[in-house]
Parts: sequence; structure tokens; C-alpha cells
Amino acid sequence: MEADSGVEEPTSAPVPMNRAPLFLLYLNVLVIATCGLIYELLAGTLASYVLGDSVTQFSLVIGVYLSALGVGAWLSGFITRGLARCFIEVELGVALIGGASAPLLFLTFALADWFAPMLYGIVFAIGTLVGLELPLLMRILKSHLDFNDLVARVLAFDYIGALVASILFPLLLVPRLGLVRTSLVFGLLNAAVALWGTWLLRPLLSERGLGGLRGRSILVAGLLVVGLIKADSLTHFAEEQLFTNPVVHAETTHYQRIVVTQSTESFQLFLNGNLQFNSADEYRYHEALVHPPMLSAERHERVLVLGGGDGLGVREVLRYPSVKAVTLVDIDPAMTELSAKFPPLAELNGGSLSDPRVTVVNDDAMLWLERSESLFDVVLIDFPDPNTFSLGKLYTTRFYRLLRRRLTDQAVVSLQCTSPLVAPKSYWCILKTLESAGFYVRPYHASVPSFGDWGFALATIQPRPIPRTIPDELAASLRFLDNEALPALFAMSRDLAPVEVEINRLDNQALVRYYEAEWDRWN
Amino acid sequence: MELSRRTLLAGALAAPFAGLAGCDARSSPPIRGTIIGPNRTVGHRLRDGWRPMVPDGAWEEVDVVIVGGGVAGLAAARELRQQGCERFVVLELELEVGGTSRAGSVGGFGCPWGAHYLPLPQAHQTDLIEFLKEIGVVTHVAADGTPSVPEEALCRDPEERLWVDGRWMEGLYPFTGASDDDRRQWDEFLHEMAKWAAFRDDDGHPAFAIPSRLCSADERVLELDRLSFADWLDGLGYTSLRLRWVADYCCRDDYGLPASSVSAWAGVFYFASRWNGSEAQPLLTWPEGNGFLVRKLGEPLADRLRCGWAVASIVPTGGSGPCEVTAVDVASDAAHGWRAKRIIFAAPQFLAPYLIAGFRNDARRMEAAGQFTYGSWLVANVALRDRPRETGFPLAWDNVPYESNSLGYVVATHQLGRDFGPTVLTWYEPWHGDDARKVRRELEELSWNEGAARVLADLTRMHPDIEPLIESIDLMKWGHAMISPVVGFREGAARSIAAESWQGILFANTDLSGLALFEEAFDHGQRAAREVIEQLAASQDRRG
Ligand SMILES: Cc1cc2nc3c(=O)[nH]c(=O)nc-3n(C[C@H](O)[C@H](O)[C@H](O)COP(=O)(O)OP(=O)(O)OC[C@H]3O[C@@H](n4cnc5c(N)ncnc54)[C@H](O)[C@@H]3O)c2cc1C
Repeated sequence: MEADSGVEEPTSAPVPMNRAPLFLLYLNVLVIATCGLIYELLAGTLASYVLGDSVTQFSLVIGVYLSALGVGAWLSGFITRGLARCFIEVELGVALIGGASAPLLFLTFALADWFAPMLYGIVFAIGTLVGLELPLLMRILKSHLDFNDLVARVLAFDYIGALVASILFPLLLVPRLGLVRTSLVFGLLNAAVALWGTWLLRPLLSERGLGGLRGRSILVAGLLVVGLIKADSLTHFAEEQLFTNPVVHAETTHYQRIVVTQSTESFQLFLNGNLQFNSADEYRYHEALVHPPMLSAERHERVLVLGGGDGLGVREVLRYPSVKAVTLVDIDPAMTELSAKFPPLAELNGGSLSDPRVTVVNDDAMLWLERSESLFDVVLIDFPDPNTFSLGKLYTTRFYRLLRRRLTDQAVVSLQCTSPLVAPKSYWCILKTLESAGFYVRPYHASVPSFGDWGFALATIQPRPIPRTIPDELAASLRFLDNEALPALFAMSRDLAPVEVEINRLDNQALVRYYEAEWDRWN
Repeated sequence: MELSRRTLLAGALAAPFAGLAGCDARSSPPIRGTIIGPNRTVGHRLRDGWRPMVPDGAWEEVDVVIVGGGVAGLAAARELRQQGCERFVVLELELEVGGTSRAGSVGGFGCPWGAHYLPLPQAHQTDLIEFLKEIGVVTHVAADGTPSVPEEALCRDPEERLWVDGRWMEGLYPFTGASDDDRRQWDEFLHEMAKWAAFRDDDGHPAFAIPSRLCSADERVLELDRLSFADWLDGLGYTSLRLRWVADYCCRDDYGLPASSVSAWAGVFYFASRWNGSEAQPLLTWPEGNGFLVRKLGEPLADRLRCGWAVASIVPTGGSGPCEVTAVDVASDAAHGWRAKRIIFAAPQFLAPYLIAGFRNDARRMEAAGQFTYGSWLVANVALRDRPRETGFPLAWDNVPYESNSLGYVVATHQLGRDFGPTVLTWYEPWHGDDARKVRRELEELSWNEGAARVLADLTRMHPDIEPLIESIDLMKWGHAMISPVVGFREGAARSIAAESWQGILFANTDLSGLALFEEAFDHGQRAAREVIEQLAASQDRRG
């Protein structure tokens, strides 16, 4: 703070302020208060988003912020000269740090390992500056207004500001603007208060340095505007949409970003921002993935699950008492660990990954298949959609040929193959690729509200009839499939008819390109 | 394309807040590395007149000595064995065979030190297809001769990407920001190349074919050898900077020289020789590059390979008796001798005057050998602990920076399908200038520190966060890396003179084609071996 730099005005003898309607002054207070709380909410949301565990993150952020407010208020006592200038400087500081806080924190998270120190550093800095704001303003206004009246009104507007912020934030700001733009917009508001202050408090400011003060206010506003323009590219982030529900777990692993969100009735798993399941309707998806091949296969002693680290497919597999061994191959140890230990997930999958019959292997499925020497009766393929080249390779003729070598003659394979309605080329590309690798393939689908009309395929080395009946013992434990729903899975309506496609090979990755084009159209 | 969200965040944010990225100063262990080679000491001693003596009793009688275990020497050896000739040795200066196609191993990953791909042969390349079938790369040959290979032998998609304007885009042509005129010129250029690919002379020979001895000698084709590729492009009005960059890149990539130095014949050859009706032939590649092919060539010949033996002299006896070959063990300096009926000289032509006694007295040969000029290359294998962040199109096999001295890097784990975690990048930089000798000397003097800094600076341009991820940088300084297909070299007499056999010595290196390519080296090796077999059979007949 430049409390003593070329500021001459006395603090004792009141100098008249520029005449301004009182409501404008209170508006000032309202804006300041709203901004302050918004930054706090931003920091809390961002922290629980990237660090997970929102309860801890919010209470830590609030704690640090409140204590910083106290520090600010205490520090304000040491400022004896140049109150007006100090106030404007503080405003500029809040504008800059608060305004840039969300983009800065995203950037730190993306580029550096010291996110937490940065987060609390920023929260503390904003808190301290905001803590300085009101005491300074009150002392400036003190000589112009009745003190009792002043305190009452300023505090009232302060609380109104907090209310405004807490209503705006979840209802309007996050859904409409997103975190980054919210932070920049409120930074701009602070900058506007500073700039306006140079007129409002003009009589309290010395001539010297006034131009500089205004120049800097405009510079800060300009920087934030530039940020706003650039921030457009940030708002594409699918991740920001995650905030529709609070994040209960989040981690960035070597392979992907894992986020679990929780709503009142259900919870959701996202990998790289793509929904993997919603606990409310995942049973439809997993029953459709698992039971057709299990019921179609003559034997299901040895079952292989590729992908599917959530353990939900394995849960369905374990309903069959004849299953002797399940091998689950998922690239990400953090994912399988989470499924085994994170209470809501472990509960949902019935502790399937801890079952003694289940062996978890953490490896790239393709590299594992190249090395593996076991044979399997049933294989379930539950990879994420082919939206990267490293996932695309898991849908190639090469992959399916490697898989074939690991199957008994009577084996049955099922796989999830994205939506045949949204992405018909992708869907049929997967099926055609399976066919060209020597499989007999049956298309089928199920409606999963969280995903829409979802596609699967049943693949066998020998032609086999589709399964039609569910044994009674099993039927009792299912929520979706019964003797009517099971054969109905295999009815493909006219709008799901096959389309002309290329075969997906390692050297053309046709599928990733179809997928990208088709889903782009819908997003 | 979906990228990891850290990457996305970094990419999108790095633009508005670029300055802040630099604060990310993590402490990381220092980068290790060495200069791998090639072995220059023996060569320099021989050049300076050192002539080791073979002790009595250290002479061996063979039918054929093959000098140099590069692709040409190995292909010659393979052919000799297939034709039933068993009395031969391959003498190779380095501790392993392969020459400029050899591979290394860094951090547990095989990686190339030089050549790293082979275009899928066309139906007429029957000998090469036969070899690929033998080693299981080609699984089937159709009735019309077209080979099929399993998809995992072909370069995995995405094949290449270009670093331009601060992000990666797919392919090699910089389409972003291209004007209508740029695009029109590019289309026309491709059209022109397709025309050359389809060209047949009056006898039905193609203008450009592989191996290059099948190329037409038609005046319309040879004309192209009389001006540089750059001048030829000028003449046709190809002014687009983007097009010119691609043309230049391709020349530097295949020949180590810019378009202004190579002949238009060589420039068009690059585009038109591997054309297959409507598109370029797909590429075969392996994690360790063409080192895979070298291994497959070398393994069955293991009992005939003498590695770490530098040939010091070849003394022909004018056809009256066997040639005498002296070689030294690079580890112990011990000399050993071979008396052979024929020599296949599969080392580069520039070595002939140093190694072959009497060669210097043949003015015509010396004049021809003097026309062979070679470019230099710096190659680095960079071991990474983890993958750097990406901006734009994801990692491809070949990753090329627009407007850089280097050609970028290929990724050793690409063909393995290993998409996460540690990897090795093989980085290439052709060194060229007005004076090839001077450039070569500069490269020779380059220290590891300077070389590693150069590699790091170039990689950092494409990946600002790469430094802490680098475990080691090993360097290969290829002095005489590649024959230079300069203006006039293809058509000139030097090549055909150098290819003539000389006093029982047959020549086989790829440089005889004026093109450094696997197919050419393979072809020359095989041809030389066939000639040797014929000559030996003829002398048998005469005697018998
Ligand atoms: C950086 C680089 C990248 C390349 N990339 C490709 C590519 O992608 N695809 C492609 O087709 N081609 C590529 N090439 C071209 C490559 O040179 C040829 O494919 C091929 O390997 C040439 O083989 P060669 O046997 O004719 O010659 P060389 O590889 O030069 O072999 C000559 C051999 O002779 C040995 N020798 C030399 N002196 C002596 C001596 N006194 N005694 C004993 N032995 C001796 C050498 O050590 C060497 O092993 C590349 C070359 C370089 C340098």
C-alpha cells in the first residue's frame, strides 16, 4: 500500500466529498460485498472440484478467508493517512487478484504441483484486501454521515451483498458464465468501483499521482477484459458442467481425470469429463452388457472383463454361481482402487472387486492381450467411448484378433459400442470391424436414461441363437431384464439400421474420426 | 479430440497467461547422455596412413569377403547363402551390424539411430517382398504380386502431425491459415506428382520406380536432373510458402538437403516413386525402426558376421590370385587377414581410395569417387520419464515442427501401442551448408553439452514442459550419413563408373544409386552377390 507516497491530504479536517447520491455510495458497498463473497465461493468450488472432498475444501477456504478478513480489518488500523487513495489501491488489488483468481487457479492446477499453496495464498490475499475495504470506507464516510446510521447501513448492505452473491452464484453465474468468467466479471466490477472512486473521492485525493491511479485502474480493467475475451476458449470445458452436482471425489491419475459427483438421489462417475455411469440407472446398462453373453454362453467358468474398472459389470457376473474366475483388466490402478475402497462405489458394486474369484490386472488391455495365455468363456468389453487414438486402438481388427486367440470355441463376447442413434457410423463401424476379425455379431441396444439409446453387440466365433430366457433364480435379482425385456434388446428399430462404414484398423483409426464427427454434431 | 483435462486447461490457459507458465520451476535430476558414435578413431588412423600387419598364420581362405555390414552388405550375404555359397564373411567396423539403419536401446525401449521406415513394396519389388515374407512381415502375396501385411506392421494412425502457430495439427501440410492460392497450388502440385507417378516412356518404363535402376532414361525424365528442385518449382510457378516448406521438408527428410541443393529428379522421385495409383504407399515401421529389418537380416547370418573388425586394406591381385583383406579388431588392434576370390565392397564409395590399394592410381575411378558427396546428420534418442502435455492434435508417430532446422521426432513406443508413461523420442536434424566438409567438421566438434542443448531447445519449442521429463539424451553424429542427390549426380557418369567392378571387387553401397534408401541398399547387395556367384561359377567352369 502506498499510504505515504505523495498523499498530502489531512485526515482530521474533513474535506467535502464530491456530491453523490447516497444510494450510489451504498451501491458501492453492495458491489464490494458481493464481489468478496463471490471470490470465496469461487475458491471453494474450484478447490472441491480439483481436490475433491468438498466439505473439507469449503470449510478450509471459509476458515482461511474469514481469518484473512480479520487480518485485513486489523491492518486497516495502521493506516492513518491517505485513506481514500488506500481504499482505491485496495480495490485495484481485489480487482486484479480476485478477478484473475479462477483462471490463475485453473492454470496452476494444470501446470504446477503446488495448487494448494496457491489456492490458500490467493484466498488469504483476497480476504485480507476485502477485510481492509469496509473499515477504510467507513472511516472515509464517517465525517460525512451520522456514525450510527453509517454502521447500520453499511453492515446491512454488506449482508445484502452476501445474499445477492450466494443466490447469484449457483443459479446464474456458474451455469451461465462458468467459474472463469464469473471471476473476471467480478474483478471488473471491483475495478469499476476503483475507477469511480477516483471521481467520487476526488476532493480527498491529492493531485499528484491521480492520473497514475486512474491509468492503473484502466489498465487493470483492460487486463480483465482481455482475460474475458480469451476465457471464451475455457468455457468449452465439459468439466465446468460437472458443477451441476457437487464433487465428492476428484483425482488426476496418470491416465485420466476421475470425478465422482453426488446429487440427492444418486451419484455419477466421470472420466475425462465424460459420464461413465449414473447410479440411478446404471443397472440397465450393466444388466444389458453382462446377461446376454452370460446367458448365451454354454459355460461361464472363466470370465474376462476389459475396462469396466468400476466393478459394476463384475457385480452382475458374480450373480452366476458357476463363475470360477473373473479377470478384470483396467489400465488405471486408481480407478480399480477407488471402486474397491470408495464407500459409495464399493457399495454400489457390492464389493465385487474384493471377491476372491476376481483378479484385478492394471494394464493396457491391448498390451495385456498380446501377452496373455489364458482362455475365457465369456468376455465383457466395457471401454470408454473411442474418443482418443489410444482408446480407438482397443476397437481395431488387430485388437479383436488378439482377443480371438484368448477365447474358447464356444465363447461369447459382449461390448458396449456407443449410441447407435447418435453415432450410427461409430456403432456400425465397431460391429463391422468385429465381423472382419472373424466374429458373428448381433447388434442390440438398451435405453439408459443417463446416456440415451445405448448400443451393444454380442460376438461369437460360432453362430449362436440369441438368449431368450432368464433362469428364475437369476431373474429374482435383476431389476431391468426379464423374459420379455431380454429378447426385446435385440429388436433394432428402423432408425438404427446399419450404415456403410470403413473397418477400424490401427493404421486408419476410422472409428475415432467417425466418433468425433458424430458426437460433435450433438454437442 | 479428447485430451486429458490438464492438457486442455494448460493449452487454453497458456495463451492468455503465457508468462506464468515459466514460473513452473521444478527441480529435476540432471539430464544424462553420451555421444554414441559412430566409431571414427579407426577411420581417422587409416586415413592418416596407419597400416597394420597381419601375423603369419592369421590368414583365412574364403570365397567372398563382404566389407561393411550395413543393409547392402547383409543383403549380399543373405543372397550368397541362398545361392549356396557358404565360404564368406562380413566384416563390420562397428560392434553391431546395420550401419545407418541400426537401432539402439534406451531406457528399455528399442529405438532407431537412423533409418526408421520402409514404404510397403509394390508388386514389382518381388525380391524385397520375398524377404519380407521370409521374416513374416508380408503374410500373403496376391496373384498380381501385391503383398498384404497385418495392420500392426503398418504405421499406426495417426502417422504425422505438424507443430505450427503454437499447436499441433494433423498431417504435414500446414492447412491452418492457408490462402485459396496456397490450396490451389498444393492441389496442382499433387496433381503434377500424380502425373509423374503415372508417366511411362515409349518402352513402358515408369519415370520413377524403386529400385531406382528401373527408372526411365527418357530425356523428359533426365532433364529433371539438370536443375535443382527449387529452380524447377520456381519454373512451374509454385510460389506458395507453405508448399515450398513441404517440398523442402521432404528433401531434408529423405536426403538431408534443402530443395535448393537436390536435383528436381530427386525431389520428384520422393513424391512419385512410392505412388500407388491414387495415394502414397503406406509405411511399414517398427519400434526400433529399420533396425528390425537389420536384425532379421543379420540373425540367420550370425555365424558369418565379424563385428568390431575394421577393414584396413584390400589388396587386389589383378585377377591373377585372391584379393587380400586386412582387418583390425577395434578392441585390441590385433590384425587378421582374409584371402578371397571376390570382395563385395558394401561400405560407402568415399572410403574406396583409403581402403583399396591402387585405387588412387586409377584416375577415372578417383574422379568418379570424388563426385560422391555426403550430408551429415545429428540424431538424438531422448528418454522421457513421462509424456509432455499436448496442445492440439495428439501425439503421432512422426512429429514435425514447421520452420525448424530439425525434422522433429518419431516416437519409439508408437508401434508398441504403449500410450502412457515413459517413452523415447528419436530426434533428427540434417546438417547442411554450402561446404559439406566444413559442416561435417562442425558436427564432429560438437560436444555432448552443445548437442544436448540443441535438442532440448528444439523440443522445448514444441513442449515447453519437457525438460524435467527428460532422463537422458544420447547423440549420434553421422558424418557421412547419406549420399547427396545433387544436380547432375543421377545422370552423370560418376555413378555408373563407381558401380563397375574393379579387379575382383564389386561395389554395393546404397550411394551407387545416389539415394540413401533401404530398397536401394538391399538391391545393390543382392545384385553384387548375384554377380559374384556368376563370376565364381564362370571361373569354375573355365577350370573344370
Ligand atoms: C539419419 C538417417 C535416417 C535414415 N532414414 C531412412 C529411412 O527412414 N528409410 C530408409 O530407407 N533409409 C533411411 N536412411 C538411409 C539408410 O542409409 C539406408 O536405408 C541404408 O541403411 C544404407 O545401407 P548401406 O548398407 O548401403 O550403407 P551403410 O548403412 O552406410 O553401411 C555401411 C557399413 O559399412 C561399415 N564400414 C565402414 N567402414 C568400414 C570398414 N573400414 N570396415 C568395416 N566396415 C566398415 C559401416 O560401419 C556400415 O555398417 C537413413 C539414413 C540416415 C543417416
